[in-house]
Amino acid sequence: MPPPAFETPLIFDGGQDGRANRYVPPAPPIANLLPAALLRDDLPLPDNTELDVVRHFTRLSQKTFGIDTVFYPLGSCTMKYNPRINDALANLPALRDLHPFAPDELAQGALAIMWELERSLAALFGMAAFSLNPAAGAHAELTALLIAKAYYKKKGDTRRTTVIVPDTAHGTNPASAAMVGYNVVSLKSDERGRVSVDAIRAAAGPDTAVCMMTNPNTLGLFEDHIHEIAAAVHAAGGLMYYDGANANALMGNSRPGDMGFDLMHLNLHKTFSIPHGGGGAGAGPIGVAAHLVPFLPVPIVRADGCDETHGRWPSDELTFALDFDRPDSVGTMRSFWSNFAHMVRALAYCYANGAAGLARVSQLAVLNANYIRASIRDVIEIPYDEINRHEFVASAQSIKRETGVRAFDIGKALLDRGYHAPTVYFPLLVPECIMIEPTETESKETLDGFIAALRDILIAAREDPQSVLDAPLTTPVSRVDETRAARQPDLRWRPPA
Amino acid sequence: MLRVVGVGSLDELVRVPDAVAVKAPIDLVPALSEIEITARFEQFAQRTSAGDYLSFLGAGVYRHYIPPVIGALAMRGEFLTSYTPYQAEVSQGYLQAIYEWQTYIALLTGLDVANASVYDGATALAEGVVMAINATGRRAVLVSKAVHPNYRAVLQTYARGLEITIDELPYGASGTTDFAALQQLLADQHYAAVVVQSPNFFGSIDVPPADAVAAVKATNTLLIGVTAEALALAVLATPASWGADIAVGEAQSFGNAVAYGGPHAGFIAATGEQMRRIPGRLVGRTVDKDGRTAYVLTLQAREQHIRREKATSNICTNQAHCALIATIYLAALGKTGLRDVAAHNVARTAELRAAVKAIPGCEVVFRAPGFNEFVLRVPRRASGVLEALRKHRIIGGLDLGRFYPELADCVLMNATELTTTAQIAHLATALREVAVHAPAGI
Amino acid sequence: MVAQPAGLLFSKDHEWVKLDGDIATIGISDYAQHSLGDIVYVELPRVGATLQQFAGIGVVESVKAVSDIFTPLGGEVVEINAAVEADASLVNREPYDGGWFYKLRLADDSEKKNLMSGDDYDKLIAEA
Repeated sequence: MPPPAFETPLIFDGGQDGRANRYVPPAPPIANLLPAALLRDDLPLPDNTELDVVRHFTRLSQKTFGIDTVFYPLGSCTMKYNPRINDALANLPALRDLHPFAPDELAQGALAIMWELERSLAALFGMAAFSLNPAAGAHAELTALLIAKAYYKKKGDTRRTTVIVPDTAHGTNPASAAMVGYNVVSLKSDERGRVSVDAIRAAAGPDTAVCMMTNPNTLGLFEDHIHEIAAAVHAAGGLMYYDGANANALMGNSRPGDMGFDLMHLNLHKTFSIPHGGGGAGAGPIGVAAHLVPFLPVPIVRADGCDETHGRWPSDELTFALDFDRPDSVGTMRSFWSNFAHMVRALAYCYANGAAGLARVSQLAVLNANYIRASIRDVIEIPYDEINRHEFVASAQSIKRETGVRAFDIGKALLDRGYHAPTVYFPLLVPECIMIEPTETESKETLDGFIAALRDILIAAREDPQSVLDAPLTTPVSRVDETRAARQPDLRWRPPA
Repeated sequence: MLRVVGVGSLDELVRVPDAVAVKAPIDLVPALSEIEITARFEQFAQRTSAGDYLSFLGAGVYRHYIPPVIGALAMRGEFLTSYTPYQAEVSQGYLQAIYEWQTYIALLTGLDVANASVYDGATALAEGVVMAINATGRRAVLVSKAVHPNYRAVLQTYARGLEITIDELPYGASGTTDFAALQQLLADQHYAAVVVQSPNFFGSIDVPPADAVAAVKATNTLLIGVTAEALALAVLATPASWGADIAVGEAQSFGNAVAYGGPHAGFIAATGEQMRRIPGRLVGRTVDKDGRTAYVLTLQAREQHIRREKATSNICTNQAHCALIATIYLAALGKTGLRDVAAHNVARTAELRAAVKAIPGCEVVFRAPGFNEFVLRVPRRASGVLEALRKHRIIGGLDLGRFYPELADCVLMNATELTTTAQIAHLATALREVAVHAPAGI
Repeated sequence: MVAQPAGLLFSKDHEWVKLDGDIATIGISDYAQHSLGDIVYVELPRVGATLQQFAGIGVVESVKAVSDIFTPLGGEVVEINAAVEADASLVNREPYDGGWFYKLRLADDSEKKNLMSGDDYDKLIAEA
């Protein structure tokens, strides 16, 4: 990506008072409407013409990679194509402008969307019910741990103080556990990169509240003993929680509910094609087994006159209501009911695929990841060189020893080739880790292009390391001084004194 | 491709142990073509008739004019489909936009530093309380009952996890927080923070008086200011000016659709002292190795992906795109536009208030000045009045009895720059008929 | 690589101690500053605080990590290094000299036995 031929000063560096756009009629001065003592003295924001605003943000967009421009092999992020039909449907005025306090009778279509999505997710992942309340995966994890806490409290079991987390877990797992006052026990992965049943049997005990895992794990490997692991945790009286970040690997093939998980979350902005939007908004529905349904956050969407163990499509004959009357609920996790616009998108995605289509999504995700692994294993170390799922890890450790080029540098060199870097340094278990997840929406041509670029860079890393250490050279900025950013934090513009 | 991988078939590739393999067909919605999906969702839209009604609902989510330029810019594929800007060199655009958002929030709240967004107003409050607990080491907070009930409910949920105590300050006859008990409460208990919302849930401008602020500061307690209607920040005295150490709230009013409650854009701002306790992402300005100005995610060592169980919060994905929409809105409206929109809100609400209080049996309950909401007492249960108004295709506002049993005969009403004189007249006519003609007790 | 001065004691958490009567000066080792990378911030205990040996009493923050400081000895904090609070890079440049963290008055002299000599510390990090 060649650097744009233009600079982008801050929006605050431009503009001029009164250079306003006429969106509303002229208004009476606020001082005529409210007592002066309640008002602020000044509002040091710039006035810019609409053209200057358009140019500013358009130029900013041109300095930003997106799936729409480049391939993003980011392990653990599932950067699949975001279908535009989803955005169009979320923008239907009746759905877009609906107020959360609108009476249920006037919101039946919106409630139907939430209900159909919830029933579809329950069937797809083998859980008794989902709540669409949480705003993101980490938010859902927090919810799940609050549910666990409430569950044990109701049982009168006060000994459950520990959460078991594999050392390959995503950082949100222990962070969420800490926010609920749980102690975190980290479990070492075995030599196969998996959680060993013996280790679980040793770690699980009367103090175990929850064991948080994902399957496939963050190395992209299927936990083939998951059934026994779940049995061991249940035997100790604990609960199993499934981190759904890797759900793209197993739709239609295997279900967390069948594996023995009692709680799970999904990242709709990963598996269900919701756009990442530069860091959110996401959506993190939480699913539970039957014994935990009473604890789900409120509100849930109730379908009157329907046997809720099955979905009904179409749902047009049913009447829906928001149900707040759930005495054992952990409460509510956010201001309103869900990131509804994303529920529209996710349901549209389900309709675009159906059960067979989602199964195919997972199959192709697994195929694409294995194809890349098989195509680069001769030029970079693959610590667990076996059939993986939707992602796999490589290690640049031996390259680093040879010439000093690290995973970080390889990622930067990919930027010059028009690819976003893969995930690096996660999971922490693998030194100089590079995690690659292509997803199912990439064509073979794209994968071949990436493989060729990566092979070139890995050869250069050994034969001409400086070229990799200098990267990137063709991006709008070169490597950024992060130390200075942290030592002298400059987190906002200030008006001149 | 299968040959390169070294397997005979896709089935072989994705095989899982029999104990966990899917055996029965999965019953979810059927696969449809795009035309059929569109028709299906248009059906959902038709079943959502609220859009055909005239609405005076506010209560934490506000209908404002969203200029089309916002969507045209925000929905550009580079912004929409971008990932979190961990690779700074290819994310300069988004990083700069977030830096601008952080600046706008700091300028609007009057505080030193703001983060890249949190999920919404309620979770922003919960995170702000966590900051105060970490800063002071105290595990109790004092919250005004005039803070949005859903925000207080979320705080209760988080409090059960964190095991902190929440005490309440009542509201008074004027519609603002009653600080009479404050001194005694501060003497009896060590609070991490006192939490006040302005404008509050009733629409009243609810700034703590100077002596209350002094009492809070004297006990080394932090003051958290909550804002649910961010537009008010354009004209009202800033939270910083009345002593808030942390400002939290909801920026939905800046260009984000109502969308049945989400996604919206929560914000957190704080004094410089609290900088390292702020949860979530922060964008900083620095230089690249060639001396060019560059933006980068900074102070990440505090975050979950590094600090893990000792992180300031577990937050990962935030609401970046909604914050971007807000930033573009603030840029397009500018100081002048924001002030105009805010003034229209105040003026329209004053007009609405004058029209409805003239109706026999109706009275405006609270005398404190407000921004764009107020509480109207009606001659009988609010739920009955609102139901009757719906027959006139009007959603008159929020039944306050839902959250405050003592206000079961009260409606929370909102007007914005989108409310017209004709609409106000239409409501007044309908309300007059409903108030006068219905039997009491319904 | 900064040379290790003679006569220091070390904890297994990579803190060093220089004793002068009952006053101990404490910092982090060259190995620690090198592992952390560019240090951006140091959070020190308050003057007057009473610390227990090996308790977590502050943090050292770099761009990529945050490390707890576990005090190698217990006692009352009598002085903290304002220079390091103002300029965290001092810890990288002079870990044993200008980059000291705090001084404390020992509560219990016998706690020294829980620490190791410079030579033993060198062996520890060689095995790492």
